[in-house]
Amino acid sequence: MSVPLLDVLVVSVALFSLGLCGALLRRNAITIFLSIELMLNAANLAIVGFGEKVGGYAGQTVVFFAIVVAAAEAAVGLAIFVAVFRHHETIDVNKTNLLKW
Amino acid sequence: MIPLFVLPLLPFLGFLLCGLLGRKLGKTFVTVCGVGSVAATTVLAWVRLVPFAADAFAGHAAPILERYGSWIRAGNVSVDFAMRLDPLSALMLSFVTFVGFLIHVYSVGYMHHDEGYWRYFSYLNLFMFAMLTLVLGSNFLILFVGWEGVGLCSYLLIAFDYQKESSARAGRKAFVANRVGDFGFLIGLFLVLGLFGSLEFDRIFPAAAAAPERFAPAMTAIALCLFIGACGKSAQLPLYVWLPDAMAGPTPVSALIHAATMVTAGVYVVARANVFFRLSPTAMAVVAIVGGATALFAAIIGTAQTDIKKVLAYSTISQLGYMFLACGVGAFVAGMFHVMTHAFFKALLFLGSGSVIHAMGGEQDMRRMGGLRRALPVTYWTFLAATLAIAGIPVWAGFFSKDEILGAVFAKSPALWAVGFVAAGLTSFYMFRVVYLTFFGTFRGTEEEKHHLHESPATMTGPLVILAILSTVGGFVGLPAFLGERANLFHRFLSPIVPPIAAGALIGELGCGTEIALIAASVAVALVGWVVARTFYSGERAGTVPERFVRAFPGVHRVVENKFYVDELYEAVIYRPFRALSRMFWKVVDTLIIDGLVNAGSFLVELAGDLLRFFTTGNVRNYALTFLLGIVALLAYLGWAPR
Repeated sequence: MSVPLLDVLVVSVALFSLGLCGALLRRNAITIFLSIELMLNAANLAIVGFGEKVGGYAGQTVVFFAIVVAAAEAAVGLAIFVAVFRHHETIDVNKTNLLKW
Repeated sequence: MIPLFVLPLLPFLGFLLCGLLGRKLGKTFVTVCGVGSVAATTVLAWVRLVPFAADAFAGHAAPILERYGSWIRAGNVSVDFAMRLDPLSALMLSFVTFVGFLIHVYSVGYMHHDEGYWRYFSYLNLFMFAMLTLVLGSNFLILFVGWEGVGLCSYLLIAFDYQKESSARAGRKAFVANRVGDFGFLIGLFLVLGLFGSLEFDRIFPAAAAAPERFAPAMTAIALCLFIGACGKSAQLPLYVWLPDAMAGPTPVSALIHAATMVTAGVYVVARANVFFRLSPTAMAVVAIVGGATALFAAIIGTAQTDIKKVLAYSTISQLGYMFLACGVGAFVAGMFHVMTHAFFKALLFLGSGSVIHAMGGEQDMRRMGGLRRALPVTYWTFLAATLAIAGIPVWAGFFSKDEILGAVFAKSPALWAVGFVAAGLTSFYMFRVVYLTFFGTFRGTEEEKHHLHESPATMTGPLVILAILSTVGGFVGLPAFLGERANLFHRFLSPIVPPIAAGALIGELGCGTEIALIAASVAVALVGWVVARTFYSGERAGTVPERFVRAFPGVHRVVENKFYVDELYEAVIYRPFRALSRMFWKVVDTLIIDGLVNAGSFLVELAGDLLRFFTTGNVRNYALTFLLGIVALLAYLGWAPR
């Protein structure tokens, strides 16, 4: 039994929108990070859905790569957050506005 | 045989050595290099000149052309590095080197105590280099190199005492006035190049002579342009104003500029381009009228000057006017003859005045001199010889050349002759005025100056004596025409360059009786000038007659003494409006518009930056929101954009 593509895309858009809202509204950097992961996974889900539609394994393969890259990014991102926390003793993004004019 | 290019090269080497090493190696070195190089040039020049002249008189003098290489080659235009020895350049070469050499020797004595001794001689050598290049060049472009060279050197030498504001100003004035003339000269050269495709003398002149009806229409423009250049260099109306101010330079420099080199360049060019000038009656008339007017105008101013060198300066302008007057009526040879005799006696007059100024400790005002005859015998006798020569008293050199000019002018236009005749009388008057004021009567300076009076050293009197001999006998190479065509060596020598029809025949037309009558008239007017000067300025009544004249006609005297206010006129008509215009360009066009545009550009960029600054909040979520809005906008565009 196969799930219709439209259902997959609806779930993907819902996930993406939730992630976007989280990324824009939350202050905690780690939460924002998690939200971005959510958006990434929404994108992965869409790719898997389209891959299934087209046929073959290309879609699934791309998603594996995306997940690996995202994991590597997460490691780098967390390292940055640790460094920022040591410096400011907070990871509230409203308070770490060093790039301000 | 020594190649011709060596002749200018030697003074150039002297210039380099004196200029680069002279300050360190001292006066002896400078004297040896500076005078030695010119002496060597003179000797080598005469080694080439004597056989050349012998050939010329034997009747087979082909111009000698020496080509050293190509300079410019573009399309069908080509200009060579080439030098040319023909009767005209040979004549110039002979006295430029010789008189120049004498002036160098004289300078050793005159400039002895000057700190800038090395600088002086390096400039003087550069001057010789430029003048020899001018004279020997075989095309107009090489000539122009020398032409600009003498202009530069006159600037350097007139402003030799550059720490004095007046000298620096005089140098600038000479330079600028010459640039005005050079502008005309250059346009003339471009016209020649456009018309003939060449600047080489032995291509353009034969071409113009061979097809007069084809080239004549353009010749008025070309000849007038060349003449504008000549007016600048040779100080003719209206570009003469720089020459009197050039007196700011050291006296030997005045002698060199006035007699042997720079100012003669204009006459040389007109004589060189005589083929062009003869094709245009209009240009010839302009040359004659400008020359005649200048001769009279400057002679009038000369009568009222009190600075001994200023009198001589106006005298030079006046005599150059004679030369152009001669060229204008077609008597190019007579003009060149006067160039030569003038080189002798005017150099002598300047060097003599230098000797006087030297003895007076720098005083140049004749009102404070007088009775110098006894203290400076050599200077006095040589100065007198030059005065007799310039006044046109028979057997002295100026008599022959001036009367040849006046004769030729009479044949063409009695009205112009009258102008020259009056100027001749004035010349005699103002020159004897100088002699009586300076050498006769009682001394009018201070006791200290009187005590200090002394004859100049041998390096100064030697050249005076040699030039006095030349001023006395130099005229015999050009005997008057009524003694027979063969008697005039000068005409025979120059006839290959200036066809006889334009040169000698004018006076021949007059007939023997008229010619002798003309000579008698001009001798008479010279004597009248002498007698008037004598009654005005010598003996018991010295100075009373002129004073009465000044009282009777104060207006006339003031106008003449102030040189007809020409400088003031130029200042009002040219200098002030130009300065106002320049200020306008500076303040409005440059500062306001051009700078304003540039500043407006930077201001706009800065403003944009200032505005965009406010978007750089540093807040991560603001940036993320911007991304989102951007993506939405992009997607919206993609969704609605026409396919």
